[in-house]
Amino acid sequence: MNIDDIKREFPIFDDKIQNNDLVYLDSANSSQKPRVVVDRIYDFYTKEFSNVGRSVHYLAVAATNLYEQTRVSVQKYINAKDKDEIVFTKGATEAINLVANTFGQKYLSEGDEVLLTELEHHSNYVPWHFLRKAKNIKIEFAEINDDGEVTLEAIEKKITNKTKIISVSHLSNVTGAILPIKEIVELAHSKNIPVLIDGCQGAPHLKLDMQDIDCDFYAISGHKMYGPTGIGVLYAKKKWLEDLPPYQGGGGMINEVKKEGITYGELPNKYEAGTMATAQVIAFNESIKFMEKIGIQNIEKHEKELLDYGLEKLRKNNSVNIIGNPKEKGGVISFTIEGVHPHDIATILDEDGVAIRAGHHCCQILHDKLNLPATARASFGVYNTKDDIDKLDEAINKCKKIFNL
Amino acid sequence: MDLKDLYQEIILDHGKNPRNLGKFDNYNKDAKGNNPLCGDNVHVYLRLNENKKVEDIAFEGHGCAISMASASIMTDMVRGKEEKEVKEIVTDFLGMIKEKDSLETNILKDDEKTKLMSLSGVKQYPMRVKCATLSWHTLTSALDNSDQIVKTEE
Repeated sequence: MNIDDIKREFPIFDDKIQNNDLVYLDSANSSQKPRVVVDRIYDFYTKEFSNVGRSVHYLAVAATNLYEQTRVSVQKYINAKDKDEIVFTKGATEAINLVANTFGQKYLSEGDEVLLTELEHHSNYVPWHFLRKAKNIKIEFAEINDDGEVTLEAIEKKITNKTKIISVSHLSNVTGAILPIKEIVELAHSKNIPVLIDGCQGAPHLKLDMQDIDCDFYAISGHKMYGPTGIGVLYAKKKWLEDLPPYQGGGGMINEVKKEGITYGELPNKYEAGTMATAQVIAFNESIKFMEKIGIQNIEKHEKELLDYGLEKLRKNNSVNIIGNPKEKGGVISFTIEGVHPHDIATILDEDGVAIRAGHHCCQILHDKLNLPATARASFGVYNTKDDIDKLDEAINKCKKIFNL
Repeated sequence: MDLKDLYQEIILDHGKNPRNLGKFDNYNKDAKGNNPLCGDNVHVYLRLNENKKVEDIAFEGHGCAISMASASIMTDMVRGKEEKEVKEIVTDFLGMIKEKDSLETNILKDDEKTKLMSLSGVKQYPMRVKCATLSWHTLTSALDNSDQIVKTEE
């Protein structure tokens, strides 16, 4: 694959940003959008717009078909058994909230335990915390090791006969650790515990096969997969979607509504109340096609090369300290520079068009454990090049110069 | 925009070696502030004597060069001032960071004003304004005996 060609498919790189060529190293936060996705939103709104699933006029039927085509594309992309196992949400956050809320309602009671890890994003902790407050459940955290990874043994150590669900990241947005999710699922299932995978960082970078992973739930963020904001996916095994109560109530999710009672709609409508992010769902199909065209294996290979190059380069740069050293690692490099706070690093890098993120990356539990209030993070997407990493390195040197290091 | 405006020598100096860092024993007012988006936090301690004068002031916390320098310069500047004067300085400083071109208070000497103006570079960096103002809001909260933790995201 030719990265220059791929990069040209992203309009954001056409123009200078503040007089600089954009070096975008913040894809773990949100990825840039290829032209096909942007155009699809424009075309839908200008030529094809209608709400879906309600009216019978031409536009409504066409829009409904497009909307459902994305569901099938996602189903195939992640190898789900049934298209009804794909629920659209406003993002991965809502997908996790949906599971925590409905599973919590039905299966969690006082003293029950939910097992997370120390490297979870706040979106895979706060929804469970609500249950801790409402139902007096306990939350356990599997520990990270010195390399910033969570091993199968660390998970096993925290499983008790009170553990009712395990919810873990596929790929850490800070250390880049890829968790042994297949093994975790196998272990959990041997004890009859369902598993939710927070796939925000997994889905854009790794091959997804729900039959192989065999998890019960998998949460996906659309905007990190070269797709629009406002769209996410919850994959859930059909047995769960049939078994769990609905999440939000409203139009579209019902079967029959009477004064004395309500019955709910069939899957997947049961979980898609109200008018959904129609244009975004339809455009998300283009993101899937875009990734399929390149091939996830090629994306993985490219990002691995960038990662190896970036790690080598930054390790050579004195006073740069790389956070974590996982054996299986995705395209994320979090780092600190001794004597320069991450926010100062980010501001100084930005002056040269190098866009990174600084802060706790919504992982305060992890940063507390690492005893760091904040880190700087460079994360890769399919459009990044080794040249971007050279520019990162140069900008870090400029940073050191300003701070007289 | 010019990074030299933001990272002036005096900011780098105070950021690296903050003055009045650490808690002291006989404080009678204090308040905490934090910046939830970036994880910066500050705890301001001060002692007001019977004449409502700031006898001593210090802070604990961690943050970027801008926030550390701002807290350092602030604590230097308000020591020995009366509560009323401190509040006037805080208002003047926040007004300058927000919109005004210069400091107007007569309480500060010209060299003190120059020192404070070194923080005016953040005006060109909207995301960094909160770094410069966190300790100042926290100082106000301490003086007002507010139990509320100051957050910059309000």
